[in-house]
Amino acid sequence: MKKRLVSLFLAGAVAASLLAGCGGGSNTSGGDKFVIGGIGPATGAASVYGNAVKNGAQIAVDEINANGGINGYQIEFSFQDDEHDPEKAVNAYNTLKDKGMHVLMGTVTTQPCLSVIDYTNEDGIFQITPSASAVDVVKYNNCIQVCFQDPTQGTKAAKYISENQLATKIAIIYDVSDAYSAGIHDGFIAEAEKAGLQIVSDESFTADNKSDFSVQLQKAKASGAELIFLPIYATEAATLLKQANDAGINATFFGCDGLDGILTVEGFDAALAENVILLTPFAAESEDPTTQAFVSAYQDKVGEIPNQFAADAYDAIYIIKGLLEKAACTPDMSAEEIGSAMLEALNGFTYDGITGAAMTWENGAVNKTPTAVVVKEGKYVELD
Amino acid sequence: MDFISYLINGVSLGSIYAIIALGYTMVYGIAKMLNFAHGDVIMIGGYICFTAMSASGNPWLGIILAVIVCTVLGVAIEKVAYKPLRQATSLAVLITAIGMSYFLQNLALIIFGSSPKAFKSVVPFEPLVLADGALTIKAESIVTVICCVVIMIVLVNFMKKSKTGAAMLAVSEDKGAAQLMGINVNRTIAITFAIGSALAAIAGVLLCSYSPTLTPYTGSMPGIKAFTAAVFGGIGSIPGAFIGGMLLGIIEGFAKAYISSELADAIVFGVLVIVLIVKPTGILGRPIHEKV
Repeated sequence: MKKRLVSLFLAGAVAASLLAGCGGGSNTSGGDKFVIGGIGPATGAASVYGNAVKNGAQIAVDEINANGGINGYQIEFSFQDDEHDPEKAVNAYNTLKDKGMHVLMGTVTTQPCLSVIDYTNEDGIFQITPSASAVDVVKYNNCIQVCFQDPTQGTKAAKYISENQLATKIAIIYDVSDAYSAGIHDGFIAEAEKAGLQIVSDESFTADNKSDFSVQLQKAKASGAELIFLPIYATEAATLLKQANDAGINATFFGCDGLDGILTVEGFDAALAENVILLTPFAAESEDPTTQAFVSAYQDKVGEIPNQFAADAYDAIYIIKGLLEKAACTPDMSAEEIGSAMLEALNGFTYDGITGAAMTWENGAVNKTPTAVVVKEGKYVELD
Repeated sequence: MDFISYLINGVSLGSIYAIIALGYTMVYGIAKMLNFAHGDVIMIGGYICFTAMSASGNPWLGIILAVIVCTVLGVAIEKVAYKPLRQATSLAVLITAIGMSYFLQNLALIIFGSSPKAFKSVVPFEPLVLADGALTIKAESIVTVICCVVIMIVLVNFMKKSKTGAAMLAVSEDKGAAQLMGINVNRTIAITFAIGSALAAIAGVLLCSYSPTLTPYTGSMPGIKAFTAAVFGGIGSIPGAFIGGMLLGIIEGFAKAYISSELADAIVFGVLVIVLIVKPTGILGRPIHEKV
């Protein structure tokens, strides 16, 4: 009997741990509220991005609701967990449809997004993804992106490096198993050739092999690179910068938006990131008052400094608001009617957000200018 | 000079694999089960050390607390999840171990959150710079290799010379007969888990000092690599785990350096396949005799 109780407890505990983080949100829906759905990984290995989006979007929703809603209607925001799994993302989408979703803000990660767009396209639902950055995400016209497409970031980074003459000999270390990282890498390589940059070392790692970068760094060092381009996430970069410091590498490190958040990794020694340059649409240290207000609201709610993903989600909600207002939509319209009205409203629509000023969209891809920042004494300083 | 540098990287990575593999191999050798939650005990060790160090600033306190918590955790896991299944099929135990692994990952996700933590190295020394900066050896590498060798020597002697070690060997030979000889099998297996988990805590602290990003999934891939190392060297054999870990680390380092950083894992596991085809019990594994 005792044994059975113990195993029952264990089974329950396992189930509870698997279920934790799912659900949440209410299930009332009707004609008096705009229902905005969100999909992303709230649990699992990619949960850091999903939770950032969920929290960032929630802050925007709370602000809008407190200020009278959209066209006088309140928003109901429901965020579903997809565990970064394409199949679960489709299930989440169906759940949201049952809740009477009008607009979809999601999904957070690329693979699930690619499976969900087929459904939103078929149902005519307007979809805006804060952070799924692959080119294929916007292959139908019902989905737009807040983030840059991966190759675009690579191109912009190569242009920036050559225009500002930061270096000519460049080493790259990237995650070949990650579509984001590989996409930036490819865009960078293509542009580097045109811009007269010399790639002296092009090394990769995989998701299964990201605890040791010593060899890649050693090769970059041996190649005499003046600048090491890191189109990777802060999680890996925290390890890489430590190992680069141990290996005595003096080159400049240059990253993209994935590197944002490195200073807020708990326990990270900011001295390791000194002089690292980032080309990012969002910098939490920016002096912009809207950004400051968002950062402090996020800190109050979540207790962390928001990253790129949270900021993209915040903007995504406001872009939805802007489009719904421009199209004068009301919640009693069907999701399909709202979808086509929003698409029409997108023509000539510009938006000033915390991830870029004067954003416009062309075939679903966003047009905005990233800012270059350099880390000085543990803070971002904007470069010209 | 690059060659030496790659070799040193390989050896230090290999030492970490070896310490983790020692835990796998001891538990397999004695309890005849694959404890897939081992990698996640490493991660818990890392978190405990991180938390204690952030609170107190004292690395020794962090290490000691990590060892204590992991030892208790290892024994508790064995008692709650594996002991009730002692008479069950090995498949049932294996699935339980996988379940335990996910349980620990998700538990850490709830307790410590999903955002990564940057672990501050417990090794206070500066890297050793030789040949005018052409060769830099991390202090962590040196400490890891020394730890690994010391642990292996202590374990081998413990198994050979102590009474508990003899009991462990007896249990690994034949559980039933050992019980008849008056050995407390359950206690012996619990001690094995305690030692394995204490090693996991040390491995966790060293792994995180070497590769400082700590997430709830930090332990899973090194755990699988170390399991591979244990099989490579001959699972159940303590020197085998050491040799397997070292070889795996060195092959991985050289494959990254001279062949392709993309293909490094494919090469490592390719070598494993070849070794197992030539010698199915691993490099130092004892041949399996069918008991009649």
